[in-house]
Amino acid sequence: MNKMEKALYELSEMDDLAAQRSPVHGLCPMAKLLSTIAYIIVAVSFHKYDLSGLVPMVLWPVFLFQLSGIPVRTCFYKLRIVLPLVMAVGLFNPFFDRAAMLRIGTVAVSGGVISMLTLMLKGVLCLMASFLLMATTPIDHLCAALRKLHVPGMLVTLLLLTYRYVGVMTEELAIMTEAYHLRSPGQKGIHISAWGSFLGQLLLRSMDRAEELYSSMQLRGYHEHFHYADIKPCTVRDGIYTICCVGLFLLLRLVNVAQLLGSLFVR
Amino acid sequence: MIELKNVSFSYEKDRPVIRDLSFRIADGESVGLIGANGAGKSTVLKLILGLCSGQGQVLIDGEELTRENLYRIRGKLGFVLQNSDNQMFMPTVYEDMIFGPLNYGATREEADRRVDAVLDRLGLQDLKHRHNHRISGGEKRMAAIATILAMEPKAILMDEPSSALDPYNRRIVINTIRELPQTKLITSHDLDMILDTCERVILLDGGQIVADGPAEVILRDKALLEGHRMELPLRLAR
Repeated sequence: MNKMEKALYELSEMDDLAAQRSPVHGLCPMAKLLSTIAYIIVAVSFHKYDLSGLVPMVLWPVFLFQLSGIPVRTCFYKLRIVLPLVMAVGLFNPFFDRAAMLRIGTVAVSGGVISMLTLMLKGVLCLMASFLLMATTPIDHLCAALRKLHVPGMLVTLLLLTYRYVGVMTEELAIMTEAYHLRSPGQKGIHISAWGSFLGQLLLRSMDRAEELYSSMQLRGYHEHFHYADIKPCTVRDGIYTICCVGLFLLLRLVNVAQLLGSLFVR
Repeated sequence: MIELKNVSFSYEKDRPVIRDLSFRIADGESVGLIGANGAGKSTVLKLILGLCSGQGQVLIDGEELTRENLYRIRGKLGFVLQNSDNQMFMPTVYEDMIFGPLNYGATREEADRRVDAVLDRLGLQDLKHRHNHRISGGEKRMAAIATILAMEPKAILMDEPSSALDPYNRRIVINTIRELPQTKLITSHDLDMILDTCERVILLDGGQIVADGPAEVILRDKALLEGHRMELPLRLAR
């Protein structure tokens, strides 16, 4: 299996995950979307030095992983390309913010290190929450929920079509790469001199495809209004779930649970 | 049902692709539009569908195609694209199938009923909730036909419906096309398929009609076909 095929396989694995059955999968998309948005907002809102306050936020994704039956390993494996980028955020903080904030034994920990760790944790938590949303909700249901939240139709349609066509364009790229390698034996990767024409070709192919696709939409009566999936309406259970989630996040945001627990044992 | 009167079209100035083309397809007729590469087959389909406009008149059900009635007239026509990936743009087969009916004012219940009826008819119920990017080429082609049938069009236009299919799937597609009661206009290089599905053939060359008649007659005329960069269908060449 080459790199592209592997990427396609991984993409289709997300559909398999979303098609599973579990209490989390059974929730209405709107409830899952709202709770994820609330989670991300709350997680991001923590102060850069409030690492101890942020740590308990891990509980929610851990709980959802357990409840949905999705292995945590799968999440980190699929996010392996984005995670280093998230980790890189705040990497320079220790160099700029050197004032000692706390001591662990004889080791002084600077504010830069704390803020770096906080930023990294925020990034990881947000990614985990987004992954969980994607892994428990089919994309068409997610888009329908976004529209119900009045997210502009143009953006939602773009998201839907991008998800549908990312695989097709990856296939195109795989064909082009294969054709290139067959005529350049022994060469690793694509030579820099070919990058321009490669991208140009891909762009032209995408444009051709986009044009034909749009024609296909028009021929089936599309004019501005896109019909999204008919998602099941939210029930009382979904409402309770959303309220509990948002309540929990606010509680974790307003009360430093880690510090509270620590104070029970340490004076 | 479909009528072209003195239609001409060019993509570039002074290089016409279609020249003074006139023909009429009656209700329920099945017509094959054949010709070598660049003969103008796909352009004719685009002109009928209003995807491009030239000189002359295109009439659907006696009504001239104009910008104003384009939406309404397109509701009478179904177009099966050569590349099914470009036709199946929604995440699942079901979502794709209800797209057209909903856009043409059907309620979701009515659209669901149509989807089930078409899938039952074509024996494709197992595809209903499958993801479009995870079904095979043959299944995708059948699903593309299903999306069109769900619109309940009066006429179906097909661009190379048997291309890139293995013999088994090609046969399934051919049998399906044969059973469709609608008016059909099919462009293809697969002359065996045209012989199987069409009673009439229009041969194009240089954007003009060079022959128009019964499929059995035109597709047996070796001199005519070879004179226009075509060959006899394999079945008749043996």
